[in-house]
Amino acid sequence: MAYHTEPDRDGSDEGGLAALIYDPKARGLLFQTILLLAVIGFFAWILDNTVSNLAAQNKKSGFGFLEESSGFQILTTLGTYLIEARPGVATYFDIFWIGVVNTLAVAVVGIIFATIIGFAIGIFRLSSNIILRGFATVYVEVLRNIPLLLQILFFYIVVLRILPGKREEGYTLFNSAFGLNIEGLFAPFPVIREGIGVVMLALIGAIFLAWVIAWLAKKRQEATGKQFPSFWVGLALIVLIPLVVFYMVGEPMNLEYPKFLNAGDVRPDGRTVSRIQAGYDIELGGMVVVPEFLALLIALSLYTASFIAEIVRAGILAVASGQTEASKALGMSNGQNLRLVVIPQALRVIIPPLTSQYLNLTKNSSLAVAIAYPDIVSVFAGTALNQVGQEIEMIFMMMMVYLVISLVTSAFMNWFNDRMRLVER
Amino acid sequence: MKLRSAMGALTALGMVMTASTSFADGHSEGSLGAVMKNGSVQCGVSQGLPGFSNKDDAGNWTGIDVDYCRAVAAAVFGDASAVKFTPLSAKERFTALSSGEVDILSRNTTWTMTRDTQLGLNFAGVNYYDGQGMMVPSSLGVTTATELDGASICTNTGTTTELNITDFFRSNNMSFELVAFEKADEVVAAYDSGRCDVYTTDKSGIAAQRLKLADPAAHTILPETISKEPLGPVVRQGDDQWFNIARWTLNCMINAEEMGVSSANITDMMNSDNPGIKRLLGTEGTFGENLGVSNGWCANIIEQVGNYGETYEANVGSNTPLKLARDGSVNALWTKGGLMYAPPIR
Repeated sequence: MAYHTEPDRDGSDEGGLAALIYDPKARGLLFQTILLLAVIGFFAWILDNTVSNLAAQNKKSGFGFLEESSGFQILTTLGTYLIEARPGVATYFDIFWIGVVNTLAVAVVGIIFATIIGFAIGIFRLSSNIILRGFATVYVEVLRNIPLLLQILFFYIVVLRILPGKREEGYTLFNSAFGLNIEGLFAPFPVIREGIGVVMLALIGAIFLAWVIAWLAKKRQEATGKQFPSFWVGLALIVLIPLVVFYMVGEPMNLEYPKFLNAGDVRPDGRTVSRIQAGYDIELGGMVVVPEFLALLIALSLYTASFIAEIVRAGILAVASGQTEASKALGMSNGQNLRLVVIPQALRVIIPPLTSQYLNLTKNSSLAVAIAYPDIVSVFAGTALNQVGQEIEMIFMMMMVYLVISLVTSAFMNWFNDRMRLVER
Repeated sequence: MKLRSAMGALTALGMVMTASTSFADGHSEGSLGAVMKNGSVQCGVSQGLPGFSNKDDAGNWTGIDVDYCRAVAAAVFGDASAVKFTPLSAKERFTALSSGEVDILSRNTTWTMTRDTQLGLNFAGVNYYDGQGMMVPSSLGVTTATELDGASICTNTGTTTELNITDFFRSNNMSFELVAFEKADEVVAAYDSGRCDVYTTDKSGIAAQRLKLADPAAHTILPETISKEPLGPVVRQGDDQWFNIARWTLNCMINAEEMGVSSANITDMMNSDNPGIKRLLGTEGTFGENLGVSNGWCANIIEQVGNYGETYEANVGSNTPLKLARDGSVNALWTKGGLMYAPPIR
């Protein structure tokens, strides 16, 4: 039987090649190269197939459409405030950015609300008060077990049904500074004038001063053990210094309040308000938060908060009870114990899963399409896609947006996690 | 171990390649071949628009667009039931068609130049001439669309309606707020709850959606028609045979009505001596074979589905909840002053 376990040493040429075949490293390299070529070939084939299929269907390709102007109106939102959205003037690239801004707006505000509600509910679940604990348990179990899309639609329809019509002033607050009807939440809008830069400078200076005081106080405490209320002093500086400067330079900012017009009223420009036009007019001052945004924000925050609450509860329970006992023995108050001992340790457990929840909230905001909030899916991959018809390019751009937002979020949370990590000496 | 996983990946890759090669073959033999192999026509319809494509109480698809799909199945297979319906939103319909998920799109779709040239689509004809209209609550006291300056308007995303309404308000120098939803049901819910002053879509669509409102009688359809909306079936570009089948299925139904051939009298008509009717029903000539189907293609359509007038009256006509009267409208036959006109079969 010609069964070689070892290559012949005397056959130099043949032996070299055989050695190569039996060498696990060389063999591995060979198959890896074949695999790599196959993968490259596979993707080249997909690309070629796509391009030729598109050509066979006479479909346009490329990103030239981004410079064409769009012909449709978009709901008044943060995106349309920041970026010119007038039909015929706005290009599809502007539409894209409007969508991105609106997605970011609901994601950022949603994350803030979800975190606050989530932390509160999570702490309530550990409360010794049976009513608080019971409420938190019911909250978590109900909200996290109902599909998010249903909750969004529910809040939207509920919001629309309970709000007064657009021709009524609706619920008002602070002498009509705020108004709420079916067209949305109307609020004062800050109008800035020259001199606001000085106030901003004062604010930055105050923050720096507060930081220096906190740093000095910490040094002193480490050296002498004497404490200084640096937090309250810092807060006072940050509030008072800009406020004083604000009045000194002559109030460079004031608030424009929303105006409610009844049918028959006369506008400043002399036109009479028709029956249809009656209602709040933000062209005359103030700003509006549309009910679509409110409903989406409420649903996303409440839903994600139910998961965050469980993460917070788990984080707090993960801190051994001996830590609390030890801090009590050192004479710390309940607040100090929570602030200085329990929460810093709990955060180490909380932050990684919290990141996932933030990413979920951002991606779930794409459900906005169901309730007419013009986020990127609704306005760019929806309306614009239907006018332009270049699915591959536009879906690719949209995926990149979510990818970038998610990667930035998790990079930030990883940095934060590093800061909170146990420092080993 | 490493080697084995590499080999496994290669095998999997090979299988994918083979599978996709055969897919490419299916493409080259055309949509008709693919449909024949499949045993049924994949037809894209709406998610529920009464009169056009909607599920009835028994769960069967009904409507003028649905009947057209059945007619295509009758032409290809001689069996009007050999069709599968895929409900599509306005947004996803063209992607579904160009990706091959459906063979034909019969979903109250407006024929525009962009869709012909930029989206790689072919419209097979027009099965309903529509125009965009507006509905307002009667309590607003509005009688014409020019009084709507400052109104908020609810509509669907991904349609020509968004563009038309924007054009209309811009050309009349009026301001408005547009609230665009993905699904028609949410548009109706939002309009009904008072979020918008105006609901705009194709007039036939308004007539259909109005039935879903809490109190249909409390709403007025404004007299203006602000756009031309020729609705028709759509196929992919680059497959002329399938395009011909789609186009002549519609022409068969219109010609049959013009010649007075209906599902009620087709057995008598099969013995007709009229050469036009003989060509229509395939008792003379090889028109069906030239199209790539059987010679009795049109006879099958009329026997199993009916002519154009029959499907119109059964789905959207005066005796249906939509009450869209045909006499005197643009949807009447050309012989009666309308626009429904089909090239002759000869």
